Amino acid sequence: MNYEEIASRAKTEWDAMTNGSVPLIRVGTAMCGHAAGAFRVLDTMKKHLAAKGIEANIQEVGCLGLCYAEPLIDIKKPGKSRLFFNNVTTEDIGQILDEYLVSDGYPQEKIFGYLGNEGPVKDEVSLESMPGLKLQNRIALRNAGHTSPYDINQYIANGGYKGLNKALSDMSPSDVIDEVKNSGLRGRGGAAFPTGVKWSFLVGSPGPTKYILCNCEEGDPGAYNDKGILESDPHTLLEGLAIAGYATGASNGVVFIRHGHEGPIQRTEKAIEQAYESGLLGKNILGTDFSFDIEVALTGESYVAGEETALMEAVEGKRSMPRYRPPFPAAFGVWGKPSNINNVKSLSYAPEIISKGADWFSSIGVNQSTGTAIVCLSGDVNRPGLYEVPMGLTLGEVIDDLGGGVSNNDQLKLLQTGGPLGGVLGPDSRDIHIDFDEMRSAGAIFGSGGIIVGSNRVCAVDLTRVLVAFCQFESCGKCFPCRLGMEHLLEIVERISNYDSKPGDMDLMKSVGGTMEAGSLCGHGQLGFGPIRSAITHFEEDFRLHIEENRCPTGSCDRSKIVPKNTRPYATDHVIGE
Amino acid sequence: MTTEKDNLRTTIKEAIDSQKRPTVTVLSSLLAIQDSIGYIPEEAIEEVAVHSNTSINSVFGVASFYPNFRFTPPGEHSVEVCWGPTCHLKGSTELLEVVLDKLGLASEGDTEDGKVSFRFNTCLGACSQAPVLSVDHELYGNVNPDMADKLLGDLDQRKTHYNRSK
Repeated sequence: MNYEEIASRAKTEWDAMTNGSVPLIRVGTAMCGHAAGAFRVLDTMKKHLAAKGIEANIQEVGCLGLCYAEPLIDIKKPGKSRLFFNNVTTEDIGQILDEYLVSDGYPQEKIFGYLGNEGPVKDEVSLESMPGLKLQNRIALRNAGHTSPYDINQYIANGGYKGLNKALSDMSPSDVIDEVKNSGLRGRGGAAFPTGVKWSFLVGSPGPTKYILCNCEEGDPGAYNDKGILESDPHTLLEGLAIAGYATGASNGVVFIRHGHEGPIQRTEKAIEQAYESGLLGKNILGTDFSFDIEVALTGESYVAGEETALMEAVEGKRSMPRYRPPFPAAFGVWGKPSNINNVKSLSYAPEIISKGADWFSSIGVNQSTGTAIVCLSGDVNRPGLYEVPMGLTLGEVIDDLGGGVSNNDQLKLLQTGGPLGGVLGPDSRDIHIDFDEMRSAGAIFGSGGIIVGSNRVCAVDLTRVLVAFCQFESCGKCFPCRLGMEHLLEIVERISNYDSKPGDMDLMKSVGGTMEAGSLCGHGQLGFGPIRSAITHFEEDFRLHIEENRCPTGSCDRSKIVPKNTRPYATDHVIGE
Repeated sequence: MTTEKDNLRTTIKEAIDSQKRPTVTVLSSLLAIQDSIGYIPEEAIEEVAVHSNTSINSVFGVASFYPNFRFTPPGEHSVEVCWGPTCHLKGSTELLEVVLDKLGLASEGDTEDGKVSFRFNTCLGACSQAPVLSVDHELYGNVNPDMADKLLGDLDQRKTHYNRSK
């Protein structure tokens, strides 16, 4: 079947679902919804509808980005807009269904807003007028919250696989690479390396077996956008992977996900299955000469497994420890074959870049940072969420406009950006733009998009201690500067937070950090001192109070300090049989 | 007559053989076993070594590297508390205190009656709902100490996560 036939069939199905005679109920069940109780609400809803004999089409969808409103449920009745109810609980779902499905009433206190051309049902506000959606420009997350991740036809009906079809029928592989290069797309995993250039490394490598690996290890605390894409719209990643495969001449794609993240795993695997059934993966895709296979590989819990060569080790089923380079992945990657590693977000942009063109993509964003930033906003902020906004917004706009300001009317004290290896910024950072280069020169990185907001109730030493504890816990142990350095740094930071520091501790940290930077094998050790350095720069006073006055400005350091220590083999003696 | 050990071995082999993903590795087999019985017994290390044609040492090297593997049977219920930076800022310390106190534990481990296994998690992936706690792999967000106390009090009413009779 050719693409036009698949698309028109999908469109018919979509129209019947969204404009049919049966009410359509969408429930957000991405991880944010899950944690807020969406599955419990979904269960109650199904039982309630069955008991009352009410007919409705229930679809699980991903994250609309407004995580603070989860569980977020919307009902589309025939001829009406989608009506959204926020923070729904198992107690009030019954009332919502009874009142809105039977008549046009609803409990006023649960109403969030409406979305759709049909206008408000009564006098609700439009979701599009809320800053949470108004400021967003959703590209990678364009379908999140609207289509079901379990149904390929919903993706296709909304323009899905159009980019792949265009690439296969109208473009040569080098055209595709040029298009991605011209779009200015830079890798969203942290290093911000131009994606098109990265792809071109694989082109000249000998085949026939070549791999495109997609990294969704995402062990970063504070980041959930990769998982968000896979849970909300896995097909955009699969399409991006296939486009990358075509452009680079790769034969296989591997989506690498952390074990235990069931939502992303199940949805991606289901999506792969459906793509094969529709002839969009496998042999001779859409009747062309291009063949491409995709599978999921799981890693155990290991943050370092997100490093590209460690990732390849984990795919091969070994300990996720980084390899020495050279040889580089483009020459000797997973299973010894040429490989190319991309982040979920970078690949998920590819379908829209191909179908709408490089100029469209590069017109969004600012300077050398084109496109959008997928921000995971969490911490002391009124409206935490998963926001896809044009690059170039200021951090102040993100915190105040999207996030609704610091919670409890507290003052902004710090921002932790770019994951645990990123940095800490001070209260004067509101004017910094989300721009890879500007953030790097400010001493932080945009990294994978996590922004954790800390109010004046947060102690910088306490937060630094947790960041260092994380980095120590996750050090893989292969190279000693990182293995010993992290342990040493943690020891010192713990000493400071216990008001037990020794003279010269601050200088000692810098010296240990310098050794790690110079001598570590991978980014984990090289960047591991980053959070401390930036914390010392911006919050010297917090450190000084602990060291000289034996007190914590917020009292945080007086609480119990329970953090796990690294339990990897070098740290403990596991012996079989004991 | 089959013994319990034989049954365990059969279950392990089934878990290894029934993997659906096309690429089977030492790690994928270990994860499949962990999913099936909740831990990695010595027999599993041996069976994976045989199946992957490698040594017991290298299999154990992989198993001991990833902190999500455990080597003794898990409790009927699993409880995890996230200690990532966002959860830390939002009060996971207070949560940990309640949870550890309620379970009678000082740190990671199993309760004295063996019913509950507690562990830290570096990130449960729902930072926007911090602090997050998971009970039998179901996530709970915006948890305050009272909610944690209640969740742990209601553990007996839950179905167990791992089907150990399989």
